[in-house]
Amino acid sequence: MNDIKIKNLWKEYGDNIVLENINLDVKAGEFVTLVGASGCGKTTFLKMLLGTEQPTRGELLLNGKPIANEPGADRGIVFQKYSVFSHLNVVENVMLGEELKESPLLGRCFGKKRQAIRERAIALLEKVGLDHALTKYPSELSGGMQQRLAIAQALIKQPQILLLDEPFGALDPGIRSDMHELILEIWRETNITIFMITHDLSEGFSLGTQLLVFDKQRHDPDQPNRYGASITYDIPVGRSKKTNQ
Amino acid sequence: MKRLINQRPGTLGKCLLGLLPFVVIGIVYFYFSSERLAINPNDKLMPSMQSFIDAVSYLAFEPNKRTGDYVLWADTAASLQRLGLGVGISALTGLIIGILVGIIPLVRAGIAPVITIISLVPPLAILPILFIIFGLGELSKVMLIVLGITPFLIRDVQLRVMALPHEIIIKAQTLGANSWQLILRVVLPQVLPKLIDAVRLSLGSAWLFLIAAEAISATEGLGYRIFLVRRYMSMDIILPYVVWITLLAFLMDYLLRRLSKSVFPWHSTDQGENK
Repeated sequence: MNDIKIKNLWKEYGDNIVLENINLDVKAGEFVTLVGASGCGKTTFLKMLLGTEQPTRGELLLNGKPIANEPGADRGIVFQKYSVFSHLNVVENVMLGEELKESPLLGRCFGKKRQAIRERAIALLEKVGLDHALTKYPSELSGGMQQRLAIAQALIKQPQILLLDEPFGALDPGIRSDMHELILEIWRETNITIFMITHDLSEGFSLGTQLLVFDKQRHDPDQPNRYGASITYDIPVGRSKKTNQ
Repeated sequence: MKRLINQRPGTLGKCLLGLLPFVVIGIVYFYFSSERLAINPNDKLMPSMQSFIDAVSYLAFEPNKRTGDYVLWADTAASLQRLGLGVGISALTGLIIGILVGIIPLVRAGIAPVITIISLVPPLAILPILFIIFGLGELSKVMLIVLGITPFLIRDVQLRVMALPHEIIIKAQTLGANSWQLILRVVLPQVLPKLIDAVRLSLGSAWLFLIAAEAISATEGLGYRIFLVRRYMSMDIILPYVVWITLLAFLMDYLLRRLSKSVFPWHSTDQGENK
C-alpha cells in the first residue's frame, strides 16, 4: 500500500550538507514523529516529502515510485501558521479543495454541486469542532481554532500522507492536549500516514507510533557544515495504540 | 493629571482639533485679504469671499454664453473622465501584469527588467511623443496617466504577490490547485485590496499628469481652466478650482477606502488595523 521507502538519501546546499545517508521504511498508517535540535534538517526532510525540496542523492519512494517533485493533493500539510486563507471564511476554506477539483476553469462551484461540497465541509468541521464558526474569517479565530481549520482543510482532499510542521508549537498547553486528541482521533479513523515535526519530546512519544530522532553523528568543530544529520534513532513507540482502539 | 502622551481627545475634541488648522488658515487669509483690499480695491491676488462666491456661481450655476455649458461641471466631467479612464486602465494592467510577474518566475525573468527601465522614464518627458503619436485628443492625456502610474502599480502588485506567505501558495498546491486556479482563487483575492491601496497612493501622481496634460493641450478640464484664467490673474477662479480638485481627490481616496473595507472585510482585521 502507501508505504514510504527512503534509500541513501542526501541533501546538500553547495558545501553545506544538511542530511546524510537517510534510510527509512514507513508503513502506511503510521504516525511518525520527528524530533531533533533546531537546524538539524527535520524541516528539510519534511519539505522533501512535500515536494518543495528535492533530494541531492538517493531515493524517496512512495508506493515504490519516486515522490512527485512538487506539492500535490496526495500529501496534505499543516504549517505552524499561515496555513489557512485569510480571504475565505471557515467553510469556504474547507470547500476550496473540492471546488478546485470540480471546477478546473473557475475553481468555484455553484448550485447543487456547491451545496453538496458545503455539506461535506460542514461534516468535517463538525469533526474538528468548528461547526459553530462557519462564516467567521480566520483572523477572528484563535490560534487553536485556526489549526483545527487547517487540519479540516487538508482532510477534505483525503490525502494519503498528512505532514504537520510543528502544528501545535504556538498553542497554549491546554489547547495543545485537545489538539492531540483531535489528531489521534482523525488518524485512527482515516488510516492516514502522518509525519509530524515537534520540539516537544513528550509529544513525540505520546502521539507517535514511530519516533525519529535527527542528529549529527559526526561533528567537525572547524567545519560545522561538513557533516549532515541523519536519523540516529528510529524508535517504535506506542504501536499498540491503534490495536487498542 | 496624566502624562501628555497618554491624553487622548474624545470624538468631539478630535473633530475640533482637526478643524482648528482650517479655521486658522481661513482667518489668516481673509485678514490679509481685507487688509490688501482696503489699500487697493482692485487687488486680484487675494480676492474677498464675495468675489469667490460670484466667480463660483458664475461658473457653476450660469450657462456659458458662448457654449451653453455650465463651465465648472463640464470641466469636472471632462477631467474625471480622463482620470477615471487612465486610472482604470492602469489598475487593470497593473493587476494582471503584476500578478503574472509576481507569481510566475519565467514571466518575471522575462518582463521585470523592462518594467524597471520603463518605470524610470519620466512620463512628462515623453508627453510630446504621446502628442505626436496619439494626437492632441483625449487619448494622449489618458495615455500620459497610464504611462505615468502603471509601472508603479505593476511593481507594487508584484511585490505584494511575492510577499504573500509562502505557506499559502504551497497549501493551495496541496489542495490540488493548478497555476491558473491558484492565481484565480488565492493570489487575486489576496492582492485586490492591496491594489486598491496602491491606486489610492497613485492618485496624486495621476492628478499631476492629468493637469499637466490639460495645461498644455485641451479645450476643457479643470487643469485647462486654471491655466487659462492664469493669464488674467483670476485668483477668484483659480483658488476655488484648487479647492474643488482637492475635494475631489479627497473624495476619491475616501470612497476607495470605504470600498476596500466593505468588499474585503477580512483585510482590515488581517492587517491588524483598528487594534
